[in-house]
Amino acid sequence: MNKEVNTDIVRPKQIPRRAFAAIAGEKLIELIIRLSGVSAIIFVLAIFFFVFREALPIFFSDHFDLFKFLFNTQWYPTSAVNVRYGTFALTVGSISITFLAMLIAVPFGLGSAIYISEFCGPKQKESLKIIIELLAAIPSVVWGFIGLTVMSRMIISITGAPVGVNLLNGGIILALMSVPIIVSISEDALKAVPDSYREAALALGATRWQIVYRVLLPAAKNGLLAAVLLGVGRAVGETMAVLMATGHAVQIPHGLLDSVRTLTANIAAELGEASVGSDHYHVLFLTGVLLFLLTFAVNLTADFVIRGIRRK
Amino acid sequence: MADAIDPATRFAKTDFVIRKERIQAISKALFLIMVVIMIIPLLSIIAYLVYHAMPSLNWEFLIEAPKKGMSEGGIWPAFVGTLYLVVISLAIAAPIGVFAAIYLNEYAKENWFNRIIHLAVINLAGVPSIVHALFGLGAFVYAAQFGYSIISASLTLAIMTLPVIIASTREALASVPASFREACWNVGATRWQTIRAIVLPNSISGILTGIILQVSRAAGETAPIMFTGAVFYKAVARGELFPYYLNEQCMALSMHLYTISTQVPNVKESIPYATAVVLLCSVLVVNASAIALRVWLRNHKKW
Repeated sequence: MNKEVNTDIVRPKQIPRRAFAAIAGEKLIELIIRLSGVSAIIFVLAIFFFVFREALPIFFSDHFDLFKFLFNTQWYPTSAVNVRYGTFALTVGSISITFLAMLIAVPFGLGSAIYISEFCGPKQKESLKIIIELLAAIPSVVWGFIGLTVMSRMIISITGAPVGVNLLNGGIILALMSVPIIVSISEDALKAVPDSYREAALALGATRWQIVYRVLLPAAKNGLLAAVLLGVGRAVGETMAVLMATGHAVQIPHGLLDSVRTLTANIAAELGEASVGSDHYHVLFLTGVLLFLLTFAVNLTADFVIRGIRRK
Repeated sequence: MADAIDPATRFAKTDFVIRKERIQAISKALFLIMVVIMIIPLLSIIAYLVYHAMPSLNWEFLIEAPKKGMSEGGIWPAFVGTLYLVVISLAIAAPIGVFAAIYLNEYAKENWFNRIIHLAVINLAGVPSIVHALFGLGAFVYAAQFGYSIISASLTLAIMTLPVIIASTREALASVPASFREACWNVGATRWQTIRAIVLPNSISGILTGIILQVSRAAGETAPIMFTGAVFYKAVARGELFPYYLNEQCMALSMHLYTISTQVPNVKESIPYATAVVLLCSVLVVNASAIALRVWLRNHKKW
């Protein structure tokens, strides 16, 4: 046998001109692809940079104190004599409305996800998933309008409260808005549990409910937690619906029927009135920075939780 | 010998089995009720909106301009404005999003840098819409000097829809089997040739579905355009097709609904309802067609 194989690769001496154009074109398109690839990083940094840049001058203002900004309940940005920028009541408003929304949305979201994933047939599953996807598409301003009209009338007639736009109204609207995202992500989490787990439990004589309760919930708990966290992220960041449905009082709520104002709604309501470059304007941007960091933390946590499952 | 078993009760259910089956039935009913409780009120709310909108819902309402300080008339300028914003923002976001997804799915390796890109996409998707509005105001309206204009508002919307387009496109690309690519590489095609000739044609429908779903998102958002380019009122003739320049502000359906339901006094009662129904229906029709496209494609899948 001839052991001496010619290992030299035959290369053309000169690359043809057309091939050269094709290679240059390909290099160009790959450059565009790589640039687009990093665009997400650029945009996240740009969002932080530009919002923070507009907020920065407030730190050099006489009327501003970071501690008071975070922990004072007095929000009087346009007062002529004593301007106060305390966002604590707004933060409490955001937290309380998110908490109420999750109190309603989490049981319903998880329950629906379990039903869709484990209890119903393929046809029913398909149509329920489509309905939920359509629910997720309803614009937030339409939700706000529903809160303002339908929900507010219902609340007045059932509870006898003087105004219908309040914490309860906003909480219900936000719950309805965050249910679809909770359902779809928890359903994914349940789907990710290997079928062999279900089969093993079935072989031991477990019923569907026993499988859900003893096998699926423990196995999928990280994914379900991530679903709840993403629901929280959506509820904290929601603007138009809470702007229209919660009433507009800057106060710490003492009951379900009190009006509240959230961090997001506050920006939306006052940004139009604040004159550009004023302290008020900069403070609103600082609230934006606060919101950005808050949702950043929530989303990052949710992602780490989801990643934890994949690694297993 | 084993204990004698009465043949009549040999296969009868024991108390334990009966109890466990009862719990099973109860739990199934409970979860079904949860689903029903979630869906029924929503359908009835939508029916309620349509019922109240009925007096105003007609062709004239759609193509007429608002009259008498927006308390009467139609929604044409807002409807066209929304079309402008949606088309321009998707024309910007779709190419960038598709290219970014191609990078992530076809070029990127598993390393820390691409992990950061992944985190950035997730966080971009989670940024509250009002923060996007602040960003648009700071970056496009002031820093880039576009002013309050359609272009600023569209850019803001584009950045907001980008992460979702990236995610859905990536999913569509990932559903093309790896063997398709390998076959193409083996006949000597380069990476980009493979993507252009094999990967994109086989995933284009999934990519389009993802982009169509973002049409409704862009049409429905209010907060990001409120401070960057949408305006309360702009005079537009009835049925005029191209009423706006790109450096002008425009009206938008979502903004119009917010304005007439909270800021304008003495609006004819059915008008806000009709506006809400038009917005809701446009969004749902677009989404339903995207979903129908997806279902049709899944049934006609070749591999």
